[in-house]
Amino acid sequence: MVPLSWYLLLAAALFGIGLFGVLVRRNAIAILLGIELMLNAVNINLVSFWRYSDTLTTMSGQVFSIIVFAVAAAEVSVGLALVISVYRRRNTVIADELDMLKF
Amino acid sequence: MFTTTTFASILPEILILTIGLLVLILEPFWKDEQKRSAGWLTAGGLLVAMIVSLLFGRPGEPVAVLGGMIRFDWLGFFLKMLFMFAAAATALLLMDHEQAGKRGEAYVMLLASLIGMNLMASSADLVMLYLSIETASIPLYVLAGFLLGDERSTEAGFKYFLFGAMASTVMLYGFSLLFGFSGTTDLYSIAATLTSGSISPLLAFGVVTLVLVGLGFKVSAVPFHFWAPDVYQGAPTPVAGYLSTASKAAGFAVILRLFFIAFPEFTGMWTMVLAVLSAVSMTVGNLLALPQTNIKRLLAYSSISHAGYAMIGAVAFSQFGAASVVFYLAAYIATNLLAFGLVMAFSRVTGLEEITDYAGLSRRNPLLGLMMLAAFLSLAGMPPFGGFVAKVFVFAAGVQANYTWLVIVGIINSIIGVYYYLNVLKYVYLYRLPNQDEENHPVPLTQPYMIALVILVVGVIVVGTVFAPFFNWSDAGALNLF
Repeated sequence: MVPLSWYLLLAAALFGIGLFGVLVRRNAIAILLGIELMLNAVNINLVSFWRYSDTLTTMSGQVFSIIVFAVAAAEVSVGLALVISVYRRRNTVIADELDMLKF
Repeated sequence: MFTTTTFASILPEILILTIGLLVLILEPFWKDEQKRSAGWLTAGGLLVAMIVSLLFGRPGEPVAVLGGMIRFDWLGFFLKMLFMFAAAATALLLMDHEQAGKRGEAYVMLLASLIGMNLMASSADLVMLYLSIETASIPLYVLAGFLLGDERSTEAGFKYFLFGAMASTVMLYGFSLLFGFSGTTDLYSIAATLTSGSISPLLAFGVVTLVLVGLGFKVSAVPFHFWAPDVYQGAPTPVAGYLSTASKAAGFAVILRLFFIAFPEFTGMWTMVLAVLSAVSMTVGNLLALPQTNIKRLLAYSSISHAGYAMIGAVAFSQFGAASVVFYLAAYIATNLLAFGLVMAFSRVTGLEEITDYAGLSRRNPLLGLMMLAAFLSLAGMPPFGGFVAKVFVFAAGVQANYTWLVIVGIINSIIGVYYYLNVLKYVYLYRLPNQDEENHPVPLTQPYMIALVILVVGVIVVGTVFAPFFNWSDAGALNLF
């Protein structure tokens, strides 16, 4: 059986890639994709922790991950709506070019 | 399964949901000029909901209900009442907002995020905690970007969403590790399994940091504060007021419950992290507030520094400390909502938001000027207003817990704060309009503003003078954490 640490490393790598994307990319859609990667890393973590725990009878890990992707779907749909509303006003989705509100 | 206690524990949320549904059902049938009545319905409904909850939904001994998801205790109950009060005042302030006030959706979004905040204050399980934080956040993203025709508002919504989604995901990663290391999602069982023997201090530090990214974003503590000035400036003003009070208070509710209940083994570590965050928030917030020219940005930086002051109570990790945080939140909610309400009332008539535009306000509307005095002196921490007593309690808690250096930083910062708060009052009281014809430029208040602002001003003064009952309620709540 594959040891738990492998899954955790996969999740950590995925989380790192997602976070890197969020911090480096300038396009709003790419930032959203990065956030999705991070959420998937969380789901891998939750399910693998649950699978390898000695309390398999409690479903908390699985339930948590199902709730995470339900919430992620809601969050992304609101996010895309906001991106569209910005695009309609400004004709851009590049985060750097949205700089009306500034110190 | 469903007993009377279960219903009593979520009675406020059931009532809020009912009000939201009523607004959704009734609003389409109203004529255009009637649509702002949705605000009366929301505020009145929340008042009734508060009274009904006070009569039938009071907690007794702390109990876990709904399978351990919700903790039914005084801490959650008192905070819920505060959030509902804040939402009712926000609904009144929204009513005469030109673009948002006639849209029933705005009130429904407000109520939806209120349900999330209420649950944040009482959830006792990681799953419920995440769900309630998102329930509170997602409607607020929409509200911040509510004015589709306004470039600033859409940009504010966009920025708030991107920062918020990232912060909550990082926090969620922390939750997943917390679940993994402790094997349970129940906050009250985590403490038993997550001991210093079972997990290395470095790992615990990592988990605490990840969780603090999300919560620090919610309370807009430095270094997670970048969104706050932009979003407060761009969002509709009543929404900005709601973000800076209820949303921040809900973040503190989670900080209190999560850290006090789940991490008692690592107290030395997380109090140090919070102490640093608190000192940095106070200092950076106050120093950046000094050069501001826009009043909403000024209030944004002031709210960042207030997050720092309130955190001193959490750093103290004592019953008195927790009580002082809750009391600080009560005083701060009334004060800052009043400040944002006044900004809203002024810019609705004049359309201006710069500090210099407030010249001669005391002659244009003496009552507004007087309320401005109360709000800004309370923010600065002057007696007899709420802000003074609140600061005294958190500083006392800090000293009691031997965090004297943090309290000294706090006191120096409140002195810096006095400068820029009084600077605004200087324009209100000492300066005049260029032509000295203030009587030709009155700033009239409409009925909803009158009601909301007077209630808030009374609140600020009552919390500052008759503080004993409020502190007793805060203390009863804090007792539930130990």
